[in-house]
Amino acid sequence: MAVDLEEFRQLARVLDMPGRGDHFETLGIRVTDVQRGSVTLQIDYQESLVGNPVSGVIHGGVITTLLDTCCGFSASTLLETLAVTPTIDLRIDYLRPAEPHKPVIAVGEVYHVTRHVLFTRAVAHQGDPSRPVAQAVGNFAQLEPGVFGEFGDNVRQAARSGEGES
Amino acid sequence: MSELGDATRRAQAQNDPNLLLEAIPYARLLGMQAQSVSLFHLPPSKSNIGNPTLPALHGGAVGGFMEMAAIAHTMMIMDVLRVPKVIGFSISYIRPGRFMDTYARCEVERFGRKMVNVSIQAWQEDEKIHIAKASVQFLLD
Repeated sequence: MAVDLEEFRQLARVLDMPGRGDHFETLGIRVTDVQRGSVTLQIDYQESLVGNPVSGVIHGGVITTLLDTCCGFSASTLLETLAVTPTIDLRIDYLRPAEPHKPVIAVGEVYHVTRHVLFTRAVAHQGDPSRPVAQAVGNFAQLEPGVFGEFGDNVRQAARSGEGES
Repeated sequence: MSELGDATRRAQAQNDPNLLLEAIPYARLLGMQAQSVSLFHLPPSKSNIGNPTLPALHGGAVGGFMEMAAIAHTMMIMDVLRVPKVIGFSISYIRPGRFMDTYARCEVERFGRKMVNVSIQAWQEDEKIHIAKASVQFLLD
């Protein structure tokens, strides 16, 4: 059995709720699509993300976080239960600078799974996937069941309280 | 000269990378500071949390901090006034970044006139116990 994708989409909605103040909200990372083994994220341009004030290009660290999250969430869709999986390592090639004032889209996929490791890759682009801004490969750990046991409960609780407020 | 160029020149003259970090929005967003030209500090901030249940810093925030540290370190010691182009970034995570002070130390190796490689080690309580190791490949303009 693998994690229920509807539950994972609920996690994505929790992350999108305003007022959390975490790194996802600070960078403005949104989950736009969740499939088994592949998650798509988007980040909109913000002045606060700029790494080069002369060109207005967003910082590589923002792309790193976007691709790390994209690979990690893609891996999460293949775990047994709702959980986030820690990054073992991640390599990013920066192919061209991201154009200022345009969103960056990241599409991730899991391309191999073993008992202990999920092997993933992701591409970041700005509307034309054949002109990628960056490419990443990342490996993620298959956790022992129960390591993040309370994580799923917390997400479900946060989702319920969020729905209650609206 | 650009505002960034001015800030970089002042940072180099006063040997204080903080003057350069203040000119870069993403460095301000993370809240990072410099303790020397090669030692950088990321104070705990809720806005850098990725997993609220532990709580743990977002691996990307730790990576971004290390990448920005490498950029600032390179600009300080290579006498460049423009942000170097990052070609590749590679990071291995050794343990979770807990919600506490995080540090990164950079070391540069240069080959040829344009290529620079920076290795970065990040730790929290003990410099010998790393939470992550990274390397950045830069191309100088």
